[in-house]
Amino acid sequence: MSEIRDVQSIIRSEWSGFLRSDGRKGIRNLVLVIYTVECAQHVAHAIAANEEDVHVIGFPGCYDNAYAIRLMLALARHPNVGAVLSVGLGCEYTQPERIADVVRSSGRPAEWFFIQQSGGTRSSVAKGKEIVSRLREQIRRETPRAPMSFSDLIVGCECGGSDGTSGLAGNPTVGAFFDLLVDAGGTAIFEETVEMIGLRQHMISRAANDEAKSQVAAAYDKAERYCRSVRQWSVSPGNFAGGLTTIEEKSLGAFAKSGTRPIQGVFRVAEPPCRPGLWILDSVPDDHFMQFGYTNPNDTEGIMDLISAGSQIVLFVTGRGSVIGSPIAPLIKVTGNSATFRAMEEDMDFDAGRVLTGEITLTEAGHELAELVVRVAKCEPSKPERLGHREYFIMYKHQNTPGLAEGCRA
Amino acid sequence: MKPRCFVIQPQDNVATMIDDVDSGAIQIVGAGAGQEIVVTEKILHSHKIALRDIASGEAVIKFGVRIGHATQAIRRGAWVHLHNLASDLDERSSTLDLHSGAPTDTSSAYV
Repeated sequence: MSEIRDVQSIIRSEWSGFLRSDGRKGIRNLVLVIYTVECAQHVAHAIAANEEDVHVIGFPGCYDNAYAIRLMLALARHPNVGAVLSVGLGCEYTQPERIADVVRSSGRPAEWFFIQQSGGTRSSVAKGKEIVSRLREQIRRETPRAPMSFSDLIVGCECGGSDGTSGLAGNPTVGAFFDLLVDAGGTAIFEETVEMIGLRQHMISRAANDEAKSQVAAAYDKAERYCRSVRQWSVSPGNFAGGLTTIEEKSLGAFAKSGTRPIQGVFRVAEPPCRPGLWILDSVPDDHFMQFGYTNPNDTEGIMDLISAGSQIVLFVTGRGSVIGSPIAPLIKVTGNSATFRAMEEDMDFDAGRVLTGEITLTEAGHELAELVVRVAKCEPSKPERLGHREYFIMYKHQNTPGLAEGCRA
Repeated sequence: MKPRCFVIQPQDNVATMIDDVDSGAIQIVGAGAGQEIVVTEKILHSHKIALRDIASGEAVIKFGVRIGHATQAIRRGAWVHLHNLASDLDERSSTLDLHSGAPTDTSSAYV
């Protein structure tokens, strides 16, 4: 097989995307329904029911939270989102009208209403469905198309349900793809600094420059302080049953998803990275008057953070198997465990376990994964997407709001 | 075909099983490929096997890096997991059920 020619043709792939007014490009053109308190959750989901291109996110709390608002606004202005309907009950702190205002000022159509002013469940759902079909028609008509390539892509990677194969095959395969993506001028993001515990020096040695070194060191130190404080290290019963014994061991396997290119720096949830390359997303809470709060809760929460950075596609590496998906950005499931792939093939997109059996090399696995990413970017649904998985999770958390002159906001 | 274990770095003193094994000779792949090692107890796919004798307190090395320390002497060919390897940081993991990984310290809440 002429591998060199093949990789060149993958790197030069082009497809048609959706151009947003901030210059970013999406691979989907969705209507997003956002609810602003748990009380509006049923209505929001009923509005989106049976609509393939209408996704839902929302925040359960009645009392608002600056972190959750920033996260929802970042998702509302994601490149894969064309229009937004924001639905509130009418009592809560989070303001659907202000969400619609911010979205409109990003050049997207947006509407909002309170259920209490719309006559209850049935009439609110009917009103919402009418608005959503109007928004859909408008963005189908008006959204400009533009050619897209790897240099326009931001791809995030999360791992979950890890086992002994994740660090040997699943994550290294993503690492091989991330090297290819970064070399092609694209952006690769990985997170879970709580799963880099034990790797401080190793991480710092990968940083691109002195500023990046100090950002990586600070993020590492906060993550370790946080784990000590909440008394929970990021390992779960399934990880142990899957042969992982310590957080240090899991960390080494998780870090393999970063590939080999220099780390440009660290940025926080709800911000885009300021230039292409390989980046760490810090989703660990900042210390404040409630200390760190509770632990980062689950895989879906991390995936939402990666999407809030503008990732048009997210890779999810699992060894044990998983059946989650995501709204807004398609999730591609990679497993390093061929037995898991066979057992859960209806949910798994990519079998990286073939690297361990010697069927393919790691480089070939990276190329194959790149081809799959291109197909999904060209609108082929990933398996979770086809199955209708759109899990989301937006929680109370504190991260300091970055100043406008700080880091990537400058 | 003999069951296989995967060695990541030559200096590692543990390897990862990529097949299930009950006991007997298995084949090493990855670093040190071509050699064999005799397994002394049942080890499941994705779990670790000791490649040499490891003393109590000694560092356990995988990926060429310390992943914790042995809490008892471990013989070559033995299963390496929660019963004989502990994190240097995370004290909770040594309280978990050896086979399922399920927590034991919150058992009193399930009433």
